[in-house]
Amino acid sequence: MDNRLPLVDIMEEGTHRRHDDIGSFEYTYKAEIMNIYPMTASEKLYQIQIIEPDRRNRFSFQPGQFVMLEIPGVGEAPFSISSSPIRHGFVELCIRNVGNLTGFLARMQRGAQIGIRGPFGTQFPVGEMEGSDVLLVAGGLGIVPLRSAILTVLENRSRYGSVDIVYGAKTPSELLFTYQYEMWRKFDINLSIIVETPDDEWKGPTGFLTRILEDRVAQAGANFAANTYAIVCGPPVMFKHVCGMLTKAGIPMQKMFVSLERRMHCGRGKCCRCNIGSTYTCLKGPVFDYWSIMNLKEAI
Amino acid sequence: MIFKVFGKKELPRLFDVIAVNRVVGPVQKGTDKNGSPLHTFGEVRDFAELSLDYKTTILSAKRFVLPFHETLCTFRVTENGWEKDVDFNVRGPTVFFGLHACDINAFNRLDKVLMESVYPTPYYASKRKNMFIIGTNCEPQPYCFCRSMGTDTALHGFDLFLTDIGDRYFAEVQSATAYNFLLQIKTADPKEKDHQRYMDVVAEKNKKFTAHVDNTDLTKILDMEFQSQAWKEWGDKCLSCGTCANVCPTCYCYGVEETVDMNATGARKIKSLHSCNLIDFAEVAGGHNFRPERHSRLKYRYYHKHRGFVEAFEESLCVGCGRCGEACLADITVPEVIASVRGEGH
Ligand SMILES: Cc1cc2nc3c(=O)[nH]c(=O)nc-3n(C[C@H](O)[C@H](O)[C@H](O)COP(=O)(O)OP(=O)(O)OC[C@H]3O[C@@H](n4cnc5c(N)ncnc54)[C@H](O)[C@@H]3O)c2cc1C
Ligand code: SF4
Ligand code: SF4
Ligand code: FES
Repeated sequence: MDNRLPLVDIMEEGTHRRHDDIGSFEYTYKAEIMNIYPMTASEKLYQIQIIEPDRRNRFSFQPGQFVMLEIPGVGEAPFSISSSPIRHGFVELCIRNVGNLTGFLARMQRGAQIGIRGPFGTQFPVGEMEGSDVLLVAGGLGIVPLRSAILTVLENRSRYGSVDIVYGAKTPSELLFTYQYEMWRKFDINLSIIVETPDDEWKGPTGFLTRILEDRVAQAGANFAANTYAIVCGPPVMFKHVCGMLTKAGIPMQKMFVSLERRMHCGRGKCCRCNIGSTYTCLKGPVFDYWSIMNLKEAI
Repeated sequence: MIFKVFGKKELPRLFDVIAVNRVVGPVQKGTDKNGSPLHTFGEVRDFAELSLDYKTTILSAKRFVLPFHETLCTFRVTENGWEKDVDFNVRGPTVFFGLHACDINAFNRLDKVLMESVYPTPYYASKRKNMFIIGTNCEPQPYCFCRSMGTDTALHGFDLFLTDIGDRYFAEVQSATAYNFLLQIKTADPKEKDHQRYMDVVAEKNKKFTAHVDNTDLTKILDMEFQSQAWKEWGDKCLSCGTCANVCPTCYCYGVEETVDMNATGARKIKSLHSCNLIDFAEVAGGHNFRPERHSRLKYRYYHKHRGFVEAFEESLCVGCGRCGEACLADITVPEVIASVRGEGH
C-alpha cells in the first residue's frame, strides 16, 4: 500500500472556496510612472499607470482607498489615492519623502517601472453624502486622500448642497495642489486656506484651522448640523479638536468621517501592524466614521 | 466519529507505516537547570526519537506553518522592469505526530483569521492543507489554563487523536487517511470498558488543572479597565523582548522587508514574524509611535488575544498553553495579568 500523503496544491480548483482571493494575495500590478509633478520641497505627485491594458481597465477604486506601492528590492508602503475614481487608467499619489522607499521613489524618473497592490480599505461615503451639505477639513498631508473626495464632489457638483473646504498647513510653502484652487472655486466651492506661520507674501488668514471652522459654525444656519456631512483628514492631534468641535456644533458622529494612518505591511488584515486596539485599519479603515473611532480604544 | 483501540506495542508499527512521509514530533533538546528534559518539535525519522510523554515544548509547532522568516516572493530585476515570482514555500505533506489539544486548537484558531476570513493567506493555507495531525493526550502542568480557554480537548482539526488509557490507546479517527493507516496495524473496536476507561482518564485530567482564567465578560472588562493601573504595573516589569510572541502558538503578527540579492539582478520580499511588544511595532513615518510605552504594547497583546479576536470570531486567540508565562524573564503570566486587571473593577 502506498502510504505517501498526496501533496495538496492550494491553487487547484476546489481546494479553497476563496480560490481567487488566494491567488491574488501577493499579486502586484506592474505599473509605470507616467508623470512626476514636484509640489513642494518634499512632496511630489506621481501619475501612475498599470501597464497591461486589460488589467488597467478593470482596476477601479473609491475615494479614500489606498494602494501599496512596491519597488522591488526597496520595499512597499501604503499611499492614499489622490485622484478621482472617474479618471480611469491611472492613479495619482502625492508622496512625501520621509525615508527609505519614499526617498528612493523621489529619485526615480518618468517611465520607471514600479508595482501597485490594491486598492485596499474603506471609502468616503460620497454616495451617501449626495443631497447634503458637505464640509471637508484637511490638515497637512490630509489633503492627499481628501482630494479624491473633493474631485468626486466637483465632478457631480449638482448632487451636493453647499460645499466647504477648510485646509490648513504649517507654512504657505507646504500647501499642496495650489494650482487647482482656482478650478475648485469655479465649482461654487467655499475654499478657505489657513497657515500657521505665514511668509512675506501670505495674505490669507493665519492660525490653526479650527479658527476658520469656528467662524463657519458660527455663521451656519439652523439646518447646518442636520444637513451636513463632514470629512476630516489630517494628523492625529487634529481629530480630537476638529471632531470634538463639530460634534458640539451638532453634526452626528455617524455623519463625520476621518481617515487614519497606521503602520501597514500587508493591507489584508494579516500582519496586525495597523491594529487600533484590535481593529484592522487596513480592512475596517482607513476611513472610519467618528462614532467607530470613539468606540476604539487608543484610536486618537 | 469512529473510535478504535490498539495495544501500545502497535504504536511504533503505526509510526513506521506513516514514516514514509516527513514526520515532525516532540523531541528532547537538552535539559533545564534542574535537569528536567526540555522539548521542541523537530523532524523525526525513528520512533525512538519521539518523546511522546513530553509536558510542553519551548517553541510551539507554528514555525512549520508560519516560519519566523519566509520569502514571500522573488523578483527578477531587468534594465527597465521586473518579474515577480511567488512561491508559497510548501515542503510537501507533513505528519505532526503528538500534538496536544491546545496546539491543535491553536491551528484551528489561526485558521479563522488566516485561512477563512477575507483575504485568506496562501502561504499559511498551503502549508496547513498539507498537515496530517496525530494528537496525543497530555498531563496538565501548573502553567496550563487551557481548560479555561475551552481548548483542553480538540473537537476537530486532527486526523487521529490518541488517548493513553493504560495498556492501550483509545483512538479518535477523523479522516479516511487515518483510518487507512490504522488498517495496517492491529486494532479493535472499543468495548464498554474502554469507553469507561477513556472517560475516567479525562475526568482525572480535569482534576489536575491548577491555573485558571476567568473569562466572564472579559471583553467588556478589558474595555472598562483600559486605563487600569494594573497595565502600568505589568508594563513596568515587561522588558519588551518579544519572547512571549515568539513562543506563542497563535501569535502571527509580522513585518515585511525587501532586499536586493548580491548580484543585483534579483530581489526578494521577506516576511518576518514580529511581536507587538517590540518598540517599533506601531511606529510610522516621521517617527510617530502609536504605542511608545511598554505598558501600552503589553496591553495591546492582551487586547488582541482576549478582546479583538473574541469580538471577531467568538473565541479567544489564547489557547492557554502557558508557554509565554514560562518563557517570560519578567514572570508575566496570562492568568496573573488578567486576574489583576479584573481585580481593579471589584
Ligand atoms: C492608509 C495610509 C495612507 C497613506 N497615504 C500617504 C500619502 O498619500 N502620502 C504620503 O506621503 N504618505 C502616506 N502614508 C504614509 C506612508 O505610508 C509612509 O510615509 C511610508 O510608509 C514611509 O516609507 P519609507 O520607506 O519612505 O520610510 P522608512 O524608511 O521605512 O521609515 C520611515 C518611517 O516609516 C515607518 N514605516 C515603514 N513602513 C511603513 C508602512 N508600511 N506604513 C507606515 N509607516 C511605515 C517606519 O516605522 C519609519 O518610522 C500613508 C500611510 C497610510 C497607512
Ligand atoms: S511579557 Fe515577558 S516575554 Fe513578553 S515582551 Fe514582556 S518581558 Fe518579554
Ligand atoms: S498567549 Fe501565552 S498562554 Fe496564550 S496561547 Fe500564547 S503562549 Fe499560550
Ligand atoms: S496592514 Fe497588515 S493587518 Fe492591516
